[in-house]
Amino acid sequence: MIRSTHLPLVVTILTFLAAFVLCSGQYPAMMSTRVVANLLTDNAFLGIVAVGMTFVILSGGIDLSVGSVIAFTGVFLAVILRDTSIHPLAAFALVLAMTIAFGAAMGAIIHYLDMPAFIVTLAGMFLARGLAYVLSTDSVPITHEFYDVLQSLYWKAPGGGRFRLTGMVMLATFIIGMVVAHRTRFGQNVYALGGGAQTARLMGVPLASTTIGIYALSGGLAGLAGIVFSLYTSAGYSLATVGVELDAIAAVVIGGTLLSGGSGFVAGTFFGILIMGLIQTYIVFDGTLSSWWTKIVIGGLLFAFILLQKGLTWATTARRKPLIDFAAP
Amino acid sequence: MSEDTRPVLSATGISKFFPGAIALDSVDLTLYPGEVHALLGENGAGKSTLIKCLTGAYRRDAGSIQLDGEEISPTSTQESQVHGIGTVYQEVNLLPNLSVAENLFLGRQPLRFGFVSQRRMQREARRILGGYGLRIHPAEPLSTFSVAVQQVVAIARAVELSGKVLILDEPTASLDRDEVEMLFKVIRQLKERGLAIVFITHFLDQVFEICDRATVLRNGRVVGTRELAHSSQTDVVHLMLGRQLESRVQDRAPQTAGKTLLEFKGIGRKGMLEPFDLAIREGEVVGLAGLLGSGRTETANLIFGAVPADQGEAWLRDQKIALTSPRDAIRHRFGLCPEDRKTDGIVGDLSVRENIILALQARQGWFRPLNKAKVNELAEAYVKALDIRLASLDMPIRFLSGGNQQKALLARWLATNPDFLILDEPTRGIDVGAHAEIIALIEGLREKGMALLVASSELEELVAYSTRVVVLRDRRQVCELHGEDISTRNIVAAIAQGHLEEVA
Repeated sequence: MIRSTHLPLVVTILTFLAAFVLCSGQYPAMMSTRVVANLLTDNAFLGIVAVGMTFVILSGGIDLSVGSVIAFTGVFLAVILRDTSIHPLAAFALVLAMTIAFGAAMGAIIHYLDMPAFIVTLAGMFLARGLAYVLSTDSVPITHEFYDVLQSLYWKAPGGGRFRLTGMVMLATFIIGMVVAHRTRFGQNVYALGGGAQTARLMGVPLASTTIGIYALSGGLAGLAGIVFSLYTSAGYSLATVGVELDAIAAVVIGGTLLSGGSGFVAGTFFGILIMGLIQTYIVFDGTLSSWWTKIVIGGLLFAFILLQKGLTWATTARRKPLIDFAAP
Repeated sequence: MSEDTRPVLSATGISKFFPGAIALDSVDLTLYPGEVHALLGENGAGKSTLIKCLTGAYRRDAGSIQLDGEEISPTSTQESQVHGIGTVYQEVNLLPNLSVAENLFLGRQPLRFGFVSQRRMQREARRILGGYGLRIHPAEPLSTFSVAVQQVVAIARAVELSGKVLILDEPTASLDRDEVEMLFKVIRQLKERGLAIVFITHFLDQVFEICDRATVLRNGRVVGTRELAHSSQTDVVHLMLGRQLESRVQDRAPQTAGKTLLEFKGIGRKGMLEPFDLAIREGEVVGLAGLLGSGRTETANLIFGAVPADQGEAWLRDQKIALTSPRDAIRHRFGLCPEDRKTDGIVGDLSVRENIILALQARQGWFRPLNKAKVNELAEAYVKALDIRLASLDMPIRFLSGGNQQKALLARWLATNPDFLILDEPTRGIDVGAHAEIIALIEGLREKGMALLVASSELEELVAYSTRVVVLRDRRQVCELHGEDISTRNIVAAIAQGHLEEVA
């Protein structure tokens, strides 16, 4: 039986399937593994950051800093690999520690100073972007043999599709994200927080550690997305990934997560990402449409999903189950 | 319940002081295993303060609490929960977005290899809820179930966490009859398991149906503990109201039988107020009597359209009218002075003058402001007429005393020249002098031919100014007293028995 909470997820998956069938009906070449592989590779960084955003939105918050953190991570890696002889893996660990700490600090401010997440992460967004500019205002190329090794790692599927490492990292992030959200106490606390912070506190949910954990997770995943993005572009540029936080929020909402928090699925976000990627691919295939049509379609989809959520909320609260299930033993 | 078992909880000499007030004065409460103990008292009697002291939400200022013979001093509700005292409130404190099972197990989910085992959680939840006769799918989100089911889930969680004392704070306030029945079944089961249950409610019938003993609080003191099997409702009501209840014959101005102004036919709202008929004539004060929660305020709000009725009709001077919002009511020249003056009545930071003209200006429409001279004239006239004592008309109304605020609110409605005025607890929290003035005002307005509906918990007061008294009980009109029948004694009898006793 499909429960009402699963309905948005089902709608998202059906939307994706319908869109895919429509697109490949028009352009049969879209059915190839090559397109699917590119869909994963091109959206890897967005997908990773959207997993973090899912947790943030599930808890009833928002994280506007992630786009800037990705850019900062890219520039930081490029500059440190250019100016020092440090191994990229050590640089990865360093930058992840920094972004996790950055996220945790924002979470701590949100919790202890009782500030709206919107404002705190907006400040974080300017801060991270500013730091990226301080490191370098130019695009810094990354040339390191280890990068070449990582970029050359792929599995060639029949049909010519190359499933690259970055796409796999995204898939792994989604799977781990699903397990964390649904199978750990931390994940349950995130949902509880989104259902109502006051009630969650009364029920014994540790608000401080949960809030800090959520933003640390989002910051860390933004760092990981930054690493993936630097592998994707082989450069660090402080002007890159402007507005990615909004794309991530859009993917989460299209994936069926309630913006007010407390309800949604990490898996939904995955299909949200695929839908957004599919629209882009379609426009590339068409060739005559302006790429801005992507934004228009995503805008329309967002509206549709927000209406759907409202409708569902209305339907579930208006029709409470009567007591027929109740019987004395 | 047997008397010789040792009490599971005994609180002795509990006191709590607030600045300028004694909320609890050396209160004793003893709970035995397997008993349902009602905690009764009117608003402000100290019930919720006592509960908060027991659960650690407040620190008590004196006294001791012994649980199973051991002294405890909980500093938070979590701590008292660990000791074994669980509380369930009227508004269910669970998370509607989580599933039933997740709500039951939040914070203590069964783990398998460090991961939450959904399967075991569902199974356990099904077992626990089955114990309460609740056969629901525990993976469904809590919000899909009725309040009654949510209430049982909350009780189940509290019992699982605590398991010695269960405090139910008005659990039945928003339930209908069948749901109450179901909840009582659960309570009886828990009683058999040996839990001590504290039951707080305003519904006396329910108290006598489910409870073994009752402790009655008044003004922060215990005024009596009764074995309910050996006492009557009248006895308990007397304890709760505790006033000098001798029948007094009032010198009442002869009833000026005016024309019928308003007639309500079968008006009511599901889950809030049973449908009732009420006709109000000009020059008449209709009193609404009843215990707290009996439907006094609900009646006032329904008639004023603050909460729209879902059935019945209203007639004004033989014309059918719609009352779906306070704006409608104001247009028909109604006025309402609400019970909670501070939150529903005054606009604290606006000046006295602005507060007085608020309703008149609202009726006129915001785009046709009253001119300054008119405003001043009106405000000054009412300040004088009602003897509102203030330093200046420009001072924020929140600096006025309660009695003067109430008079300013009255002035607000009188300025609209109403035909029908509803007063909900017009004398609550004001000093004796102002009290008498407001009563005199009500009588003055009646003599001028205005129709008034006054809800009050002060029975003497109702007896003093009402030409008719409607008695409410469990959100239903149970009887109407006229003329000579109006006495505190008859009102108490009607509240307790649900009908008018033959007056000796």
